[in-house]
Amino acid sequence: MPKDDLKTGYRLVGTRPNRPDGLDKVTGRARYGADISAPGMLHAAVVRSPHAHARIIRIDASKALALDGVKAVITRADFPTGLTGEDWNLQENTIAGDVALYDGHAVAAVAATSKLLAQDAAKLIEVEYEVLPHVIDVDAAMQPGAPVIRAGTADHSVPDGMHPNVVKYIDFGHGDLAAGFAAADLVRAQSYKTEATHQGYIEPHACLGQMGEDGKGEMWVCTQGQWYIRRMCSAVLGTDASQLRVTPSEIGGGFGGKTTIFMEPLALALSRKAGGRPVKLVMSRAEVLRATGPTASASMDVKLGMKADGTLTAASVNFRMQGGAFLGSSPVGEALSCALACYNIPAVHHEGYEVLANRPKAAAYRAPGSPMAAFAVESLLDEMCRELGLDPLAVRLKNAVHEGVKSSYGPTYNRIGLVETLQATMAHANLTVPLGPNQGRGVAAGFWFNHGGETSVSLAIGEDGTVTVSVGTPDIGGSRASLGMMTAETLGIAYEAVRVNIVETGALGVNEPTHGSRATFASGLAAVEAAKQAIAQMCARAAAEWGIEPEAVEWLDGAAVPAGPNAGKFPPMTIAEIGAKMGSTGGPISGHHEVTAGGFGASFGAHVVDVEVDPETGRTTVLRYLVVQDAGCAIHPAYVEGQYQGGAVQGIGWALNEEYVYGADGRLQNPVFLDYRIPVASDLPMIDTVIVEVPNPGHPYGVRGVGETGITPPLPALANAIAAATGARLRSLPMSPPKVLAAIKAKARG
Amino acid sequence: MRFHTPKTFENAVAIAAAASGQTRFLAGGTDVLVQLRAAMVLPDDLIDLKHIPGVKEITRTSDGGWRIGIAVSGAELGRHAGIGADYPGVVEGMQLVGSTQVQGRATLVGNLCNGSPAADSVPAMVAAGAWVSVIGPQGVRDVKVEDIPAGPGRTTLKAGELITGITLPPRGANAGDAYLRFIPRTEMDIAVVGVAVNLRLDGDRISEARVALGAVAPKILLVPAAAQAIIGTMLDDAALDDAALDALAAAAIAASTPISDKRGTAEFRKDIVGVLVKRAARIALDRAKGATK
Repeated sequence: MPKDDLKTGYRLVGTRPNRPDGLDKVTGRARYGADISAPGMLHAAVVRSPHAHARIIRIDASKALALDGVKAVITRADFPTGLTGEDWNLQENTIAGDVALYDGHAVAAVAATSKLLAQDAAKLIEVEYEVLPHVIDVDAAMQPGAPVIRAGTADHSVPDGMHPNVVKYIDFGHGDLAAGFAAADLVRAQSYKTEATHQGYIEPHACLGQMGEDGKGEMWVCTQGQWYIRRMCSAVLGTDASQLRVTPSEIGGGFGGKTTIFMEPLALALSRKAGGRPVKLVMSRAEVLRATGPTASASMDVKLGMKADGTLTAASVNFRMQGGAFLGSSPVGEALSCALACYNIPAVHHEGYEVLANRPKAAAYRAPGSPMAAFAVESLLDEMCRELGLDPLAVRLKNAVHEGVKSSYGPTYNRIGLVETLQATMAHANLTVPLGPNQGRGVAAGFWFNHGGETSVSLAIGEDGTVTVSVGTPDIGGSRASLGMMTAETLGIAYEAVRVNIVETGALGVNEPTHGSRATFASGLAAVEAAKQAIAQMCARAAAEWGIEPEAVEWLDGAAVPAGPNAGKFPPMTIAEIGAKMGSTGGPISGHHEVTAGGFGASFGAHVVDVEVDPETGRTTVLRYLVVQDAGCAIHPAYVEGQYQGGAVQGIGWALNEEYVYGADGRLQNPVFLDYRIPVASDLPMIDTVIVEVPNPGHPYGVRGVGETGITPPLPALANAIAAATGARLRSLPMSPPKVLAAIKAKARG
Repeated sequence: MRFHTPKTFENAVAIAAAASGQTRFLAGGTDVLVQLRAAMVLPDDLIDLKHIPGVKEITRTSDGGWRIGIAVSGAELGRHAGIGADYPGVVEGMQLVGSTQVQGRATLVGNLCNGSPAADSVPAMVAAGAWVSVIGPQGVRDVKVEDIPAGPGRTTLKAGELITGITLPPRGANAGDAYLRFIPRTEMDIAVVGVAVNLRLDGDRISEARVALGAVAPKILLVPAAAQAIIGTMLDDAALDDAALDALAAAAIAASTPISDKRGTAEFRKDIVGVLVKRAARIALDRAKGATK
């Protein structure tokens, strides 16, 4: 659907105004987590386990405490006991109890009058360990005889007889699987592995925390969700949530990794122990990579049945994922639900296992679980299309889900845009570019649910008719611009007349973090409702002044006007005029909306990549890259394109070079950006984008989330392109040069 | 930490000789400052050599070679037309170090003294036959570049010794060099394998050659057997003949004793050193025949 048809009548939606945070960011005025300081502030350093798995025998901080300027040392003994479930997991991950569970696990922390002094003091804290056997690989962790990480962690879902490291089992599906496979002309099954990757946000975790002995506290922190910080820190510290006031800073990237806590309670606990002096804690890059939450590693089996014309008849998937040493941290459930979500298949079956390993506690990472699942399913689909001589995009279109189809994960789809997305992809010029020697083209589709969630937004009319919007979802992808545009569109005023602030926890009701691509959808929906409330009030003020019924007034182009000739003849009363005298016409005018937003709409995408593979070195060069995705409605198309491009780039990194490399000792070998190889700008061509707009009926402007789907197709698209270029099929990520070269050589040997 | 800014090399030597704890010399600082910030090295004495007259200069030697000051940055080297024409391989090796910002600071001598087996600027200097001038408590001496590295992070320089300049020999006629490295990305990475080839033609025949390898052994290797594989070979249709190239690759592979680590496996490094040495030889040959870059 051409977007010009849709945008008819919108004044701002669909335009590309300057970003509201642009000037601050390019001039260095934007305040990130580490930029916040306070009088009397102390600096913290964290002592971390050098072992993947070790019993903590003794911690002796006496030498550190003897240093002049060291104000507090904390260990697990400074935290309350008796926590259960995810609260216990969070506490245990914040600071180890009896056992350090991964390389980098915090075991103690110190606060001192300077950062250097804190670091020196940390080195003087003596920790005696009893090193325990460890396990890193997800398959190895399930094997008989694998080191048991924590017996009794498994929940009720796990069948009898499994290794204690298997802590969750999931099984669902529908249709007659045996009949489906029997109806197929081609049935193929393969196994796939993906390595853990990190979000790679440029800004490390940073916070400034202050807490008195009375449990009242404040925190300034780089986060995607200030209420999550408040709730989780309070649970870990045993304090009341409402006594902690959390203010989010500007944020240098999150991608899901900043929706939880890692070291934030340490700053508060140190402050509490140091007489309430504020404590700043800033992670190094090595700490970020060792001790925050990457995504899971995965081992996956897929089986697909296909008719000779490409019709899918049956599919089964069996996924194993580790997300560290804690129950519930892997996205295996999401992975299963996303695996087959693009296709209308009569019989589907999903099985999944969550497995503990001695790795950092996984956090969300952009469409958690979906990229791994897509790698497995879309790779096998591509192989089968090649085997049957079918066009891989045409096969995807033939099987594509659409409105009214029961999804693989249960619900029946409402209006979705996969068909339109695939059609736009097939019409794109990139598909007709001729390829040279050692070059190959790969395609893949992808899916993400998106999310609504707990949302609270306030809006206030200023004395001059300008507008302030207070939202609780930190802006990690342009939501201040899109929220300002939707508000201005609704109010009929200029984009520049609206300021959107991301506010602290005391200013609104509880908001979920910016996760699930929900900020523009859910905060946007609430902002529009709040604007409508303000409009109703402003109409009422005009009606009172004119002496007519409020129903006889309507809102047009930023002003109250009589609803028709019968209402009387009055000149428009502008928002500026109403704001200027609101104090004497009934008081401040505001709007407020809070909701647990449903109605979110899934976003589907399709990617096409052309690569060239050096047959002598196995090195892959991305020649051109196309992202086509359904945005529902692109409020600010430049930001939408940026999300598409950013997702593709992270997926390309995951596909080609990013991985957690562990030594035989279980220590992370590459906790620096030099060796944790995210793509650099010169690695990539400009990423081409096409925005498809099939409006989401659940949002006033038709918005779907756009942030996550884009990371899903690159993994299989690259694998499919490399297979096309070399004839070698890689089923294990990353497809780094040594692995690609080995596959090429193996193929040459036959 | 004591920070020193000597005005002469003799003064720098005296400071270093009198120091008892950790000592580091500072030129560009792109290794030392990073190590300092990472708390890998906390020197007691940090001796900044940039205040010594002449350290930022590139001068022609009386016999037609080049003398490069120890604080000449990669960016300055890259803009020097004379060295770029004579030794494009040395220049391209240095210019692969770090980012544009790092190029404004990083130096050849710093890259050499950091002692990394993967140093990008060193193989081409070795292949070029470059030498360094060393000053120390016992006086001055000249040392071939290949004799400076001693192993990962170590050099053969003795306590109190430092390098005062690098000399590239006169280029002469019909010669060319090239440096190639393998990294999975396009920049901002450490060489998985580095290869430099320097050669000279006498008519249609290769009369002189030097081949140096990086990141395939504890230190950067000069491999005479690889050079011998192409010396005396004929040109065939304006290209090295396949047999000579295969012998070159085999010699480079045979000389390599790589490790498997986070940057690549030993097997992969052996494969790649064979591929790159052939490619570098072809580029060096083209340059010897007059191709520019």
